[in-house]
Amino acid sequence: MSDMRPLVEPRRRGGAGPGTSGNTGLPHLVPAPVGKRDDSAHIAAVRLTKSYRKAGLEIPVLRGVDLEVRRGEFLSIIGQSGSGKSTLLHLLGLLDAPDSGEVQLGGQRIDNLPMRNRDWIRNQELGMIFQFYHLLPELTALENVLSPLLISEGIFSYFRNRRRHVQRATELLEQVGLGHRLKHRPSEMSGGEMQRAAIARALAARPQVLLADEPTGNLDSETGREILRILRTLNDQQDVTIIMVTHDRAIAAEADRTVRLARGSMEVA
Amino acid sequence: MYTLFLCWRYLRTRWIALASVVSVMLGVATMIVVNGVMEGFTREMQGRIHGILSDVVFEANNLEGFPDAAGHMRRIEELAGPYIAGMTPTVALPGQLAIEVDGEWQTRHVSFIGVDTTTYGEVSDFNRYLRHPQSRKHLDFTLHEGGYDLVEGEPDALKNSGWPHRRQKAAAGARRSAVAKPFAVANDEQPLPDEVVVRDGYRYRRVREAPQPAPGVAAMRNPFEPLNIAPQFDPSKDTRTGVVLGLGLARVTSADGKKFLVLPGDDVKVTVPTATVPPKPSSDTFTVVDLYESGMSEYDANFIFMPLAKLQEMRGMIDRQSGIANVTAIQIKLHNDEDGEHVRNLLREAFPGGYYSVHTWRDKQGPLLAAVGMQTAILNILLGMIILVAGFGIFASFCMIVAEKRRDIGILKSLGASSAGVMSIFLSYGLSLGLVGAGAGMLIGLLFIANIQSIADLIARLTGQEVFDPTIYYFQEIPTVVEPLTVMVIVTVAIAIAVKASVIPALMASFLKPVEALRNE
Repeated sequence: MSDMRPLVEPRRRGGAGPGTSGNTGLPHLVPAPVGKRDDSAHIAAVRLTKSYRKAGLEIPVLRGVDLEVRRGEFLSIIGQSGSGKSTLLHLLGLLDAPDSGEVQLGGQRIDNLPMRNRDWIRNQELGMIFQFYHLLPELTALENVLSPLLISEGIFSYFRNRRRHVQRATELLEQVGLGHRLKHRPSEMSGGEMQRAAIARALAARPQVLLADEPTGNLDSETGREILRILRTLNDQQDVTIIMVTHDRAIAAEADRTVRLARGSMEVA
Repeated sequence: MYTLFLCWRYLRTRWIALASVVSVMLGVATMIVVNGVMEGFTREMQGRIHGILSDVVFEANNLEGFPDAAGHMRRIEELAGPYIAGMTPTVALPGQLAIEVDGEWQTRHVSFIGVDTTTYGEVSDFNRYLRHPQSRKHLDFTLHEGGYDLVEGEPDALKNSGWPHRRQKAAAGARRSAVAKPFAVANDEQPLPDEVVVRDGYRYRRVREAPQPAPGVAAMRNPFEPLNIAPQFDPSKDTRTGVVLGLGLARVTSADGKKFLVLPGDDVKVTVPTATVPPKPSSDTFTVVDLYESGMSEYDANFIFMPLAKLQEMRGMIDRQSGIANVTAIQIKLHNDEDGEHVRNLLREAFPGGYYSVHTWRDKQGPLLAAVGMQTAILNILLGMIILVAGFGIFASFCMIVAEKRRDIGILKSLGASSAGVMSIFLSYGLSLGLVGAGAGMLIGLLFIANIQSIADLIARLTGQEVFDPTIYYFQEIPTVVEPLTVMVIVTVAIAIAVKASVIPALMASFLKPVEALRNE
């Protein structure tokens, strides 16, 4: 897949391009310099703890997890079922709040931001891919890819930018090889196609961090490898920071670095 | 943006939710129809009740009435002048009417209303209900040369009644009497001197001083020959004093159709009690000059209108010395009908209650109108409950939808949708369902009203049961009035209920934590 065209155009840094946080009144969260494999931490977890309450019992899931992911790094987290890797990913993706500890993006704490700002970060800075694709069943592939853009836009600005957004979504779908599936509903697509559409959706708002929760977990090995190749290419060509959770060592081996989560804390694999 | 987009998409793809608004739709449609019919019925009834009655009726409790109508009207004018558009004195009196049906005299118990021909038409809508176009313009109790308007289903006889009918009948009568009684004797067709109406456009003339024969001659007059004192009464050329009969008296409706018992041009006999104690019967012959149909069967079968002075005279209400006549009521028309109660109260204060009573036309038929109003209110409460129940239906199906959409809500939130955004998806979904339901209901309701007659006919044909029997209700068609305000209120309330029913599910959706929504696949 080395002939694949770039999925994400190199981001115009410092400029007030579409989708940057410049118009939200938020501080610039990604002030990092251009270039792959720089050493600053892009997204980091600092002594994260999280426990769930079940039938009155407190079950600790994460017991102080420290993690630093460099800009442009492809990290995989492996661990057994129930080791808390999905929980960690949810905390990093601001889908859940930690009991203690911090989540940092570009050196800034983001888990305690106001809800509005967290929604904005989820929309603009983070892309998420799930094991079960989680496409919206009522929408076509194209509309699913458009949905992050729809969420970030008001009615009028959406219609003003509609043509550009549709063009971008179409390009993304073409790049993951779904150019012929634009008008198809998720129910009319195969697992691999759905996951590719989900990747295109995750990339729609040009995020710099991609969080993938078992992206191949529900696919056969051949299709899974194809998904991995797409992720790999993204990482190689557009220095998207990727954190992938998996329980499969072979899959994890595709990443630049692998860490292991066991009994709620981090081990080097 | 996504809220509207997803809301629209859910609306288009999830038909099952639309099923939950069917009840809203039906509720709204029924409510609009019921209100339309009830309002139409009320208006029609009011129109008919009001039609003959004036806005305010000022009447004496005593059947003798009160003298000096002009003085009373001046006093009323002083009290409530600014509100009053017109007044007219009337006399109402119970009595008997005899009509000739197939050669036999039938007697009816009726009420005679003596009206002032110049002012009555200005105070009441009565003229509108008359059958002859000229009478409708101005009622002068003269017989017309045919041209009476027909209502569907009536025999053509009415059209050419009036003078042609009278002439024809007179000719037939003359032939019959010529055959049967070669020696004509005094009979009812021979008028008393003061009863003669000369056909000169003058509505009637009371010839109190009939041409008197020279004194002495009268004393020697043959008592069996008073016939030629007055101008010769020729039924083919002259009429008696005119009366206007209600259709309830003049027409019968049977299975064979409508049939007239009396037509304009026919003579009828009237008997009223005199004002003496004890009363004695005072009888006279009248000519029917027109028919009226107000639509209120109570009036149409009971009230007979005649010139005021004639009734006063028959009753003996005219004071011999002063010539001032009694009247029993003064009908008052107001500039604005809304002021009726105020004027009524003003007059009630000023005139002693024992002698006079003052009513608005609404008071006169108060129980009927109140009953209709009560029915409308009860039906609205019941139908409002139906819509409320429909609201709970929406609530239940929305809870189901939110439960079913847990995962999608989580996805949206993971894509950066705010809680408020998720909530507004479901709120606007509820609003759209309400709009669709209420809108469709409104459409169905209005269409139903527009075609209510054909629908009633269809049901009648299918079941063989008349839905709306005109002979009972006196309406040719089901009356309906679509009050835009009522429709708007119904639709707004229905939409509001649909939105309210979606608030709790929408809140449930917005409080959903994305991680919980996405966990346990």
